[in-house]
Amino acid sequence: MAEHLNHPAQPFHFMSGLDLTLLTNRRACDLAELLEHLRVVPGSVIYYHTHHFLVQHQYLSPEPPNDFAYWVTNVLQEDRLGEQLAAIDLIQFRTIRALREHLIAVIETYLDERRQLRVAPDGEEFHFRESVSFIVPTNHVARDLTEFADCVERIGFGSLSFHFFSARLRLERGEDDFSEWCRSLGEHALAKAIARLDPYTYTMDGLRKEVVRLVRRRLREMGT
Amino acid sequence: MSLLDGFEEFVGRGTLDELRLLGGHLKGRRVVTVNSTAVGGGVAEILNRLVPLSHELGVDMRWDVIKGGEDFFAVTKRIHNALHGKAETFTAHDRAVFRETTQRNLGQMDLDADIIFIHDPQPAGLVEARAAGRGRWVWRCHIDVSAPQADVWEFLAGYVSRYDASVFSAPQFSQDLDRPEVMIAPSIDPLSDKNRELTESEIDAVFERLKIPRDKPIVTQVSRFDRLKDPVGVIAAFRLAQKYNECRLVLAGGGAADDPEGSEVLRAVHEAANGDPDIHVLELPPTANVEINALQRGSSVILQKSLKEGFGLTVSEALWKAKPVIAGAVGGIPLQVTHKYSGILTHTIEGTGFWIKQLLNAPEFGRRLGENGREHVRTNFLLTRHLRDYLLLFLFLEHRDERVIRVS
Repeated sequence: MAEHLNHPAQPFHFMSGLDLTLLTNRRACDLAELLEHLRVVPGSVIYYHTHHFLVQHQYLSPEPPNDFAYWVTNVLQEDRLGEQLAAIDLIQFRTIRALREHLIAVIETYLDERRQLRVAPDGEEFHFRESVSFIVPTNHVARDLTEFADCVERIGFGSLSFHFFSARLRLERGEDDFSEWCRSLGEHALAKAIARLDPYTYTMDGLRKEVVRLVRRRLREMGT
Repeated sequence: MSLLDGFEEFVGRGTLDELRLLGGHLKGRRVVTVNSTAVGGGVAEILNRLVPLSHELGVDMRWDVIKGGEDFFAVTKRIHNALHGKAETFTAHDRAVFRETTQRNLGQMDLDADIIFIHDPQPAGLVEARAAGRGRWVWRCHIDVSAPQADVWEFLAGYVSRYDASVFSAPQFSQDLDRPEVMIAPSIDPLSDKNRELTESEIDAVFERLKIPRDKPIVTQVSRFDRLKDPVGVIAAFRLAQKYNECRLVLAGGGAADDPEGSEVLRAVHEAANGDPDIHVLELPPTANVEINALQRGSSVILQKSLKEGFGLTVSEALWKAKPVIAGAVGGIPLQVTHKYSGILTHTIEGTGFWIKQLLNAPEFGRRLGENGREHVRTNFLLTRHLRDYLLLFLFLEHRDERVIRVS
């Protein structure tokens, strides 16, 4: 349960999630090495490689937000596996652990059918990185849906990314914070509409606009 | 208006609010940052802006510069080259010169702060002043250390391993240091003379002053006259395109006069240009920021055909001007350019020549590359992102074992 929601209809306090990138000095030249590292790296490494694209390349939508798919396709030129990795439906996973297991299973299945491994050219190895996530309270607070829509229009991308991605997967809250709060207001249909969004297929600005559109539409229905 | 507010039109209010939030959590922290030069060079350029912005956010950042004689800087130049992978002799005498200069500086500098932030190899030895429990030490490396000369790196690592954390610009520079290594890319300042918007008449005036007619599409590389920037390779690539396209080449650089290596490279460049009236070789002073800005804005294609790069910020400068860029796939350049999406990455003279032709003949494709590149720079390589990463780093130093940090 999110800390701001321990009482129904409590105000929504927007947080900001900001990430610092650490280097791990781990690198992979082929799929076998990629797999070997994937089994042992901390969850913060898996999180980095499946989420940094969302903030760093936010104008690129609908590019897959996944470094593994990008490397396998563009460097190893294993198009089939690249496509399978790109198509992993991140929204289905509630924990990094489950996501890691799935990534490993997809690569293992592919390797079972192959003997020859392609090697990355010099200088194009996969370098594992790690996210350090900072959760910072912001000054934005919403007490009702009108204030909520106003805040979502103003918050930084760090806030959007925290409430949609970090809260759900990194803090294992199971769903995005916005839907949870709407439900606590008794706004079940709105909560469902927000929860239905696949945030991985939007740019940050696109995601912001979609949430605001849904909330404003509900406000119009309510006649406010 | 505050300095920070000037960035709102580029990054939006939300980003500035995030910076202010972080600044609030670091209020009053004392940071001393040390590099080797107060003017000239990318590090000084960035510090000139970061220090006042940090102040505005409540971080008490002080900037100091290490002092050394010619012999010291000759040694550190060799260290720099060797870290980039160029074979250099590194003698016991060189080590002694480095240590003596470090000791002299230690006697003169005030390093009492919460965070001591040291840039590049020259002042790395200052960590000798580290006292148990007082202040966190960070070494910021701006060099491509992916394949350093072993004995030189070993010497430097003796110092670097004593820092609380190191910062590198690209993932392939990561080292086996047993301390946190942070990746922070450098940045450009959209408000500086080198990057601000210019009017057409300002651009025209610069081209006129530099005697470069704008009668043909212009291909430009802005770089020091340094072998690692491959200016002779640029001329060879240009010649391949010139066979089929009317175009001019501008090679704009500086710093050759006081750099023996630079003078040699410049001589080779003039030889390769062989008096071709369509090849313009310009030696510009380090203050020629508006000139560089105008040259980039007045060009159809920008090159950065480097063989090695610490990061290659000239690429971000060109992309910020929404120009199509053809660049060597080395150092930090692939972080700035996604091939055929936000620019072109090449590995050879032939490939560079081929893409010059392509981009000159398909300006619409070039325009799309440039626009994508500008958006990529807006998100990742402007000064505000750089400042945010430094603030996060300062917070991280207080929580080095945590990967999810709640700041309250």
